[in-house]
Amino acid sequence: MPTFIKRILGLVVVVVLLVVMNAFMSREGLFGFGLPYYYAEIINLTGISIILASSLNLITGFTGQFSIGHAGFMAVGAYSSVFMTVYFSEGLEQWLTGLLGATLAQSIVFLAVIIFGALIAALAGLVVGIPSLRLRGDYLAIVTLGFAEIIRIIILNIDRVGGATGFRGRVPPWDGRQIIPQYANFIWIGGFAVITIVVVYNIVKSDTGRALISIREDELAAEAMGINTTRYKVMAFVISSAFAGIAGALFGHFRQFLHTNDFQFIRSIEIIIMIVLGGMGSITGAVLGAIVITILPELLRKLPGDLYSYRLVIYSALLIVIMLTRPQGVMGAKEFGLSWLKRPQRRPEGDKPAGEKGVPIAQQPATAVIDQGKEIEQGKEHA
Amino acid sequence: MDTFVQQLINGLNVGAIYALIALGYTMVYGILRLINFAHGDVYMVGAFAGYFIALSLGLAAGPSLLSLTFILVASMIIAAIVGMLIERFAYRPVRKYSRMTTLIMAIGVSLLIENLFVARIGAAPRAFPDFLGSQSQPPYHLFGNAAISKAQIIIFLVSIALMLLLQWIVFRTKVGTAMRAVSFNLNSAKLMGINTDAIISLTFAIGSALAAAGGVLTAQYNPNIDPLMGILTGLKAFVAAVLGGIGNIPGAVLGGLLIGAAETFVVGYGYHIGIASTYRDAVAFAILILVLLLRPSGLLGSTVQEKV
Repeated sequence: MPTFIKRILGLVVVVVLLVVMNAFMSREGLFGFGLPYYYAEIINLTGISIILASSLNLITGFTGQFSIGHAGFMAVGAYSSVFMTVYFSEGLEQWLTGLLGATLAQSIVFLAVIIFGALIAALAGLVVGIPSLRLRGDYLAIVTLGFAEIIRIIILNIDRVGGATGFRGRVPPWDGRQIIPQYANFIWIGGFAVITIVVVYNIVKSDTGRALISIREDELAAEAMGINTTRYKVMAFVISSAFAGIAGALFGHFRQFLHTNDFQFIRSIEIIIMIVLGGMGSITGAVLGAIVITILPELLRKLPGDLYSYRLVIYSALLIVIMLTRPQGVMGAKEFGLSWLKRPQRRPEGDKPAGEKGVPIAQQPATAVIDQGKEIEQGKEHA
Repeated sequence: MDTFVQQLINGLNVGAIYALIALGYTMVYGILRLINFAHGDVYMVGAFAGYFIALSLGLAAGPSLLSLTFILVASMIIAAIVGMLIERFAYRPVRKYSRMTTLIMAIGVSLLIENLFVARIGAAPRAFPDFLGSQSQPPYHLFGNAAISKAQIIIFLVSIALMLLLQWIVFRTKVGTAMRAVSFNLNSAKLMGINTDAIISLTFAIGSALAAAGGVLTAQYNPNIDPLMGILTGLKAFVAAVLGGIGNIPGAVLGGLLIGAAETFVVGYGYHIGIASTYRDAVAFAILILVLLLRPSGLLGSTVQEKV
């Protein structure tokens, strides 16, 4: 079958699945069968987690740059898009409704504010990325952390988005919508999750992706091969931030309430745990990690005793155990899918000496040699 | 003028604490190239160690300088042990892996300590006993309205003494020479017969002890201690270390004092230029981004050429 027909078929399948799932999850249900709202909410939040984990995976898993402020970019996207919805979209929506009907008008407005949120988050990524990604080492980690903290403090000080009381809708002296409309449903969230996965997949499989992976494996060698490492790192970081912004926009229009407490340090850590659990540098792994980490607290909630209050202890212990036993993440760089079932005899990535470095390493056996050389080079680095 | 002097005293006082914590960051980074995220939590552990010792021994009843000294030393020893345990069981096993692994490990350890404390004793702040009686006693007046409290004087004296002690250890003793050798080049130091594992362990012990001293001293000035107190303070101390030039000991002290002063001045004077005092916590990070843009090696640091 020609590729483009395959693609169109795939697209049709995804759209049909999303529409059916969405109908099933909606309050009316599908032919009388509906999912309770509690489960529908968990599924939607899982979709948002998938966007966050996949986008963080691009910069941390594939490019090897450690970012611990992903929640900050999510906050930027969430607040900027909801801000637009509440204060500036009403007139536009009314005008479009007269022209195209309510559903289409709503969709156009929502898409516009999502793109706005993504752009603002990308801009924030650019501002944060340029000073910190020029430098080698762990500066990105600390700057992203600091940035997420600054953003939180700035938002807390903006009265127009509710400040410390949270953002539910217009704040009295100003005109706007009373409450944030619930634009986001599973078609949007699931759709953007698929888009994120496809975009990350295409980037990783392109020559850009090769460049990113080479930066992860050995930045100095990548530079010696003529790769403009700063440019690629900033690019990956900006794309990653933009998707975090999209996740934030969806989150805001799904929950209909924003508070800075939702975007604290622990939120960023949660996203990191998702990709560590799934395996850094594995697209399917990140999706799996996102699903597990979003559903796990809900399961813990059901357990007897106060295990739920220990969930953060469990998270951190999990992180430590994974780092001690499988530093490349549970899945490593391995992808799983239908082809996985066909050849079960393939050795897992971690068994190779190359896997020892903690960060996953591409399949070529040559990298193992390069990698052992790095061990020696790291000693020199101390000089 | 009075206000300025007052703000300066308060700022340098906060800065002295940051400096004590920053020393631990800078020493560990100098040797292992690791941002020890758990360091801020060791500071918290130090404060709580002092709190629980004071409670269990009944020292909280009467304020005295002697009990404060005892608690300071005891909590420094406990924190040193905690620091060594963290190094031994969390960092040493992953030292051979990539930097990102050790960094994630550091975050994991930090979260584990915080959440264990929250789960065991709750997140509500507790009141650290006041050994100096400085909350009941009026502060000493310098001139005009500027004043300095007994706790502030003690913080200055103790932190200066500890910094001088560290300087002496690092530059005048055999162990200090070994530490400098390890931070210069770990593998060569090993070849010269230095027990690098022991030196790294010692570095963690010293850094943790300094952080614990910071914790107990802070608690004399601001008695509210809680399990999450180390996060923000730790991060700011790290920024202080970067500002001074990471790996550089005098740099950490300078950076700490500057961050403390900058923060206090934003609270004290910010409203004149329209900056709310809630931005206090953002100052350090704004400084960090500026440093990275203008002088990534820090104020006193030197640029390190990366070799292949």
